Amino acid sequence: MPTPTDLGLPETPAFRHEVDAETELELYRSMERLRRFEKRAYDLFLQSLVKGTSHLSLGQEAIAAAFGASMRPGDWTFATYRGHAHTLARGVEMAPIMAELLGRGTGLMAGKGGSMHLTSVEHGVMGSYAIIGAHLTIANGAAWSAKLRGTDQVAVCFFGDGTTNIGAFHEALNLAATWKLPVVFVCENNQWMEYTPIGSVTAVPRPAADRASAYGLEPVVVDGNDATEMYGAAQDALRHARSGRGPVLMEALTYRHGGHSRADPAKYRPAEEVEPWLLRDPLVTYRAHLVRKGVDEGVLKAIDEEVLREVDDATESAKNAPQPDLTLIERDVWADGSSAWRN
Amino acid sequence: MTLMTYRDAVARGIAQELERDDSVVFLGEDIGAAGGVFKATGGLLGKFGPLRVADTPISEQAILGAAMGAAMTGLRPIAEIMFSDFLAVCWDLIANEIAKTRYMTNGQISLPLVIRTGNGGGLRFGAQHSQSLENWAMAVPGLKVVAPSTPEDVIGLLAAAVRDPDPVMFFEHKGLYSMKGEVPDGEIVDTLGTAKVRRRGTDCTILALAAMVPRALKAADVLAAAGINATVVDVRSLVPLDTATILDAVARTGQLFTVEENPRLCGWGAEIVSVVVEEIWDDLDGAPIRITTPHVPLPSSDTLEDATIPSVTRIVDTVRKVME
Ligand SMILES: Cc1ncc(C[n+]2csc(CCOP(=O)(O)OP(=O)(O)O)c2C)c(N)n1
Ligand SMILES: [Mg+2]
Repeated sequence: MPTPTDLGLPETPAFRHEVDAETELELYRSMERLRRFEKRAYDLFLQSLVKGTSHLSLGQEAIAAAFGASMRPGDWTFATYRGHAHTLARGVEMAPIMAELLGRGTGLMAGKGGSMHLTSVEHGVMGSYAIIGAHLTIANGAAWSAKLRGTDQVAVCFFGDGTTNIGAFHEALNLAATWKLPVVFVCENNQWMEYTPIGSVTAVPRPAADRASAYGLEPVVVDGNDATEMYGAAQDALRHARSGRGPVLMEALTYRHGGHSRADPAKYRPAEEVEPWLLRDPLVTYRAHLVRKGVDEGVLKAIDEEVLREVDDATESAKNAPQPDLTLIERDVWADGSSAWRN
Repeated sequence: MTLMTYRDAVARGIAQELERDDSVVFLGEDIGAAGGVFKATGGLLGKFGPLRVADTPISEQAILGAAMGAAMTGLRPIAEIMFSDFLAVCWDLIANEIAKTRYMTNGQISLPLVIRTGNGGGLRFGAQHSQSLENWAMAVPGLKVVAPSTPEDVIGLLAAAVRDPDPVMFFEHKGLYSMKGEVPDGEIVDTLGTAKVRRRGTDCTILALAAMVPRALKAADVLAAAGINATVVDVRSLVPLDTATILDAVARTGQLFTVEENPRLCGWGAEIVSVVVEEIWDDLDGAPIRITTPHVPLPSSDTLEDATIPSVTRIVDTVRKVME
C-alpha cells in the first residue's frame, strides 16, 4: 500500500475529527451509492442507453460524500459536468438522475439538461455547470445573497484542478475574499484535465492551494481519498464560511479511476501513476478502516446490498420510463412557461 | 412633468426600484462612490448604502456570476456592464448560463435580473467602445432585450425589466445620455415587449431603435417638407418583439424602412423584414429597405464615424430615392 507521501499527499492528517458511529455509516453508505451509481452509469453508457456523454466521479467519492454529510439543508451545491456524485450526495434519489442520463421524461430535468446539468433546487443542488469556471462566480452570488438576506447559508462549489487556470476562477476568488462571502471552493485535484496532466500546464505545484495567498486566504490541502479527513475538512470549512470569516479555498488531492468522460480508457496515464492510486481507493480504505474500528461487516454488507437494490431499481425504472413529451421543447424558456419571442 | 436627461433618468429608475423592493440590489464597476463612468448612477450609494449598491472589481464574469447566483436565491439584481463591448468578456455567463438555466433545469431556477450596459456609437470612442450589440443578445434564446430611446422610457422599461421574472438585457445608448425629455412625476412602470408609434404618416413606415429613433423622427420632419409622410415606430423591445404594432404600421403604409446602428449582417431589422415578408407580403408596395451601418468595425474619427452610422441625411436620401 503506497503511503500518502508517495502520492504527494499531506503527511499528517490535519483534519482528524471524531466521527460518530452513525455518521460513519452515513459516509460509507453515501460513498457506496456514488460508486455503484457511477459504475452502472458506465455500463449503461457502453450499452448506448446513456447517450451523449457522462463524466464519472469513480475514485473521488470521499469528497462529495464528506460535504454531503456535512452540509445543512439550506446550503447550496454548485457542481460541474462531473456532478452525478455531488447531486446524489445531497440526497437526491437515484431514479430521476438515472432517467435524466437516459434522456427520459421522468428525469430530474425531464430530459432537458442531461448528465452535465443535474439540478435539484429542493435539495440545494443549484446546478451542474459545463463551461469551466463560470459556476465559481455563480456560487459567489448565492453566498452574497445569504449575506445580504442575513441567513447563515453557505455555498459550496466543486471544480477540478484544470479550472484553476481560467480567468473566472481568479475573478471569483478575488470577489469572494474582498466581500468576505460564505462560500467554500473545493478543488478536486485529480491530477488531470481531460488528457493533459495538470502539472505540465500550471506554474505552481498545487494548482489551488498555491494560489490561495494571492487572495489573502490560507492554503488548505486535504487527502481527498480519506473519508475521515475529508469529513473533518468539510466541517472546518463550512464552520469557517458560516461564521462570517469569508471564503475557503480547499484543494482535495484525489485521482479519477477511469477516463475523463464517455468510454475514455485513459491510456495516456502511466501505469506507475495509476496503480498506487487505485490501491488507495477511498471506498476500500474506508471500509477497512471501519472494520478495523470494530464495525460489524454484516452491517456494511447489508448497506452494500441495499445500495445495489437502489441502483437496480433506478436502472429498471429509468429503462421503463416514457420518453419526454415533445411539448417540452418549447416550454420554460420564460417564467410564464412559454418560449414566445413575439406577440 | 419634469425635464430631465436620459442619464438622470437611469439613476431615477434604479432608485425607484431600490426604494420599492428590498430584494433589488445594484452592482458594477465605479457605480457607487464614483456615480458611474457616464455619471448615470450618482447619489444611489449615499441613499441605499454599500450593501445594496456594490462597487466591484474589474471582473465582468464575477459581476454577472454574482448577479446570477443572487437572482436564483431570492434577490433581484441589476448588474452594470460599463460598455456593451465588454459583454464579450462575460458572454459565457450571459449566453451559456443566465440565458439557458431555466430551460435546462426544466423551470426549477428563475433568474429575475437585469444587465444594464452602455451601448452604441457617436462618441468617437473607436471600434472597442462604440458597438451596437443588441443583435448578439437577440440571437440567444432566454434573454429579453430592451433599448430605450427617451428618458421616460428609461425609467418605465427599467422598472418593467426589474419586475420581470426573466433575465433582461437593457441597452442604454451612450449617445443619448445627455438628451433631455419630459418625464411624468411619480412612479413610472412600462411594459416589456411593446413598440411605440412615435409619429403617424401614410406613405411609409420607418422602424428605429435607441439613438436611431430621434434621427428617424428628424428625417421624417424633413421628408414631410418634401411631401412624404412617414410613420416612425420606436421598436424599444427586440425580445419579446411587438410584431402586432410593427405589422400593423407597415401594412397601413405598404413600405418599410429599418434604421439600424448595428453592422449590417444579422441586425434586428433582418428578422423583422423576414416576418413582414412572410406575413404581410400582399400589403407591401415595394421591397423592405434596411438602412444600417456598413459591415465594418466603427472608425473613431468624427468625420468617418458620422459617415458610417446611419445619419438623418442618409435616412432622408434613402427614403426619397425609394419613394419618388
Ligand atoms: C471553458 C471551457 N474550456 C474547455 C472545456 C472542455 N473541458 C471539459 S472538462 C475539461 C477538463 C477540466 O479539468 P478539471 O478542471 O481538472 O476537471 P476534471 O474533469 O478533472 O474533473 C475541459 C478542458 C470546457 N468545458 N469549458
Ligand atoms: Mg482534473
